[in-house]
Amino acid sequence: MIKGMFTRPENGKMYWKEFMHQCVEIGIGSLGIVLIISLFLGAVTTVQTAYQLVSPIIPKATIAQIVRDTMILEMAPTMVCIVLGGVIGSKIASELGNMRVSEQIDALEIMGINTKAYLILPKIMAAIVTIPMLVITAAFLGIWGGKMAGSLSGILSDEEFMQGLRQSFDGYNVFFALAKSYTYSFIISSIPAYYGYYVQGGALEIGRASTTAVVISCILILFADYILAAILL
Amino acid sequence: MIELVNIRKSFGEKVVLQDVSATMQAGKTNLIIGSSGSGKTVLMKCMVGLVKPDSGKILYNGKDFTAMNDKDKKDIRQEIGMLFQGSALFDSMTVEENVLFPLDMFSVGSYKEKRKRVAECLDRVNLSDAAKKFPAEISGGMKKRVGIARAIVLNPKYLFCDEPNSGLDPQTSLVIDKLISELTKEYNITTVINTHDMNTVMESGDHIVYMYQGLKQWEGSNKEIIFAKDEKLNDFIFASDFLRDAKEMRQMEMFQDRDWRNKMKKDGNEPKS
Repeated sequence: MIKGMFTRPENGKMYWKEFMHQCVEIGIGSLGIVLIISLFLGAVTTVQTAYQLVSPIIPKATIAQIVRDTMILEMAPTMVCIVLGGVIGSKIASELGNMRVSEQIDALEIMGINTKAYLILPKIMAAIVTIPMLVITAAFLGIWGGKMAGSLSGILSDEEFMQGLRQSFDGYNVFFALAKSYTYSFIISSIPAYYGYYVQGGALEIGRASTTAVVISCILILFADYILAAILL
Repeated sequence: MIELVNIRKSFGEKVVLQDVSATMQAGKTNLIIGSSGSGKTVLMKCMVGLVKPDSGKILYNGKDFTAMNDKDKKDIRQEIGMLFQGSALFDSMTVEENVLFPLDMFSVGSYKEKRKRVAECLDRVNLSDAAKKFPAEISGGMKKRVGIARAIVLNPKYLFCDEPNSGLDPQTSLVIDKLISELTKEYNITTVINTHDMNTVMESGDHIVYMYQGLKQWEGSNKEIIFAKDEKLNDFIFASDFLRDAKEMRQMEMFQDRDWRNKMKKDGNEPKS
């Protein structure tokens, strides 16, 4: 499937239009869910870290440090991408599956269009461009959610939180998060595209393909999470 | 002209097409008829390149489509328009955008010229009023007409129609048949229609290929079919009393024509009454 995507486009302008359309669908379309889950992930991380740090000798600012690193290293890339795997993955698989079943893909083929290049490549490229942006946004929002939860519940003040955020920050963590998010964005878009594109049958099979695509994407994300951690950390 | 030479196709153990050879005549309405499962859809899919035959040749004006490289195949495909059984319109686009899509992808004209061509095609299929509607907002017959408009927008040399009348009422079926026949003559297109609609067979088909269990059982014109001796073909086409009566009436009509009368007398096919 991947090999078949790389051919000379029939009309570069149309491919660019489709790519931008997919950027809007994947990027802007997922912003709402990313906003909600990252805020809550940050807030919960703050509250649960505070609950576990019972020693009086550990400064409260450490909570912010843990929230920051947890959000950057794991929550923003992995958790957000697992959720996006469900949202974007099912959308891609069902959209392509429906196009296959209703012969829309055949119609494009007969027009002389390379359907793998026109339908799948823009989706993968758009995911690779927009998902890392969403992950960065999620990391910021998660940290902000953690700060809000800390001050609203009286666990630590805004000043303590900001102090903790600045303590022993390692830029490599951001690189690691981005490496994860690029890998996940490829998984999230290519696996559902494969299952959707090659679906055979009717509505029931589209549903099955969609579910299988999401399950396999999630498993592969977790597997890649471990491999990347073992290699890069 | 499209020539099919010994086309063979099987899916696993099941042989769907067995050495099918036939000719689709240039500038004519060619029909592929046969009962469900006879292999006519697979044959059409082989012809347009959606299914690769196991063996055999498909010749477009003498050029072997099955042996072509991707670029040449693409060139041939740009000369093909196809109307699908389910219309296969793009759900997210309006009627106008559906027809505009092939032009946007392949033609180099200005936006104004493209819009003009889209308006012409929609006008040709009497759908100018529905230009801004989405496929979900129009009827089955209208969807077929949008499919036809999209198929002809790039002035194709070949038009393939997979069961254009399925799911349509008899009156709408007539409109679609008439439209396809008119377009075939108007643009001198080689049209291939997959159908089991007997009205289409009697009224629209210039050249007919009858498929039976993966084999080409019979091939001839829509006049010759009236006198065909093939039992399977007669059982399929003239299945009801009404159709048998229609056949006799058609024979009577043809008997009025001197050439046909002589031929009928020669072949011993004179009408009974």
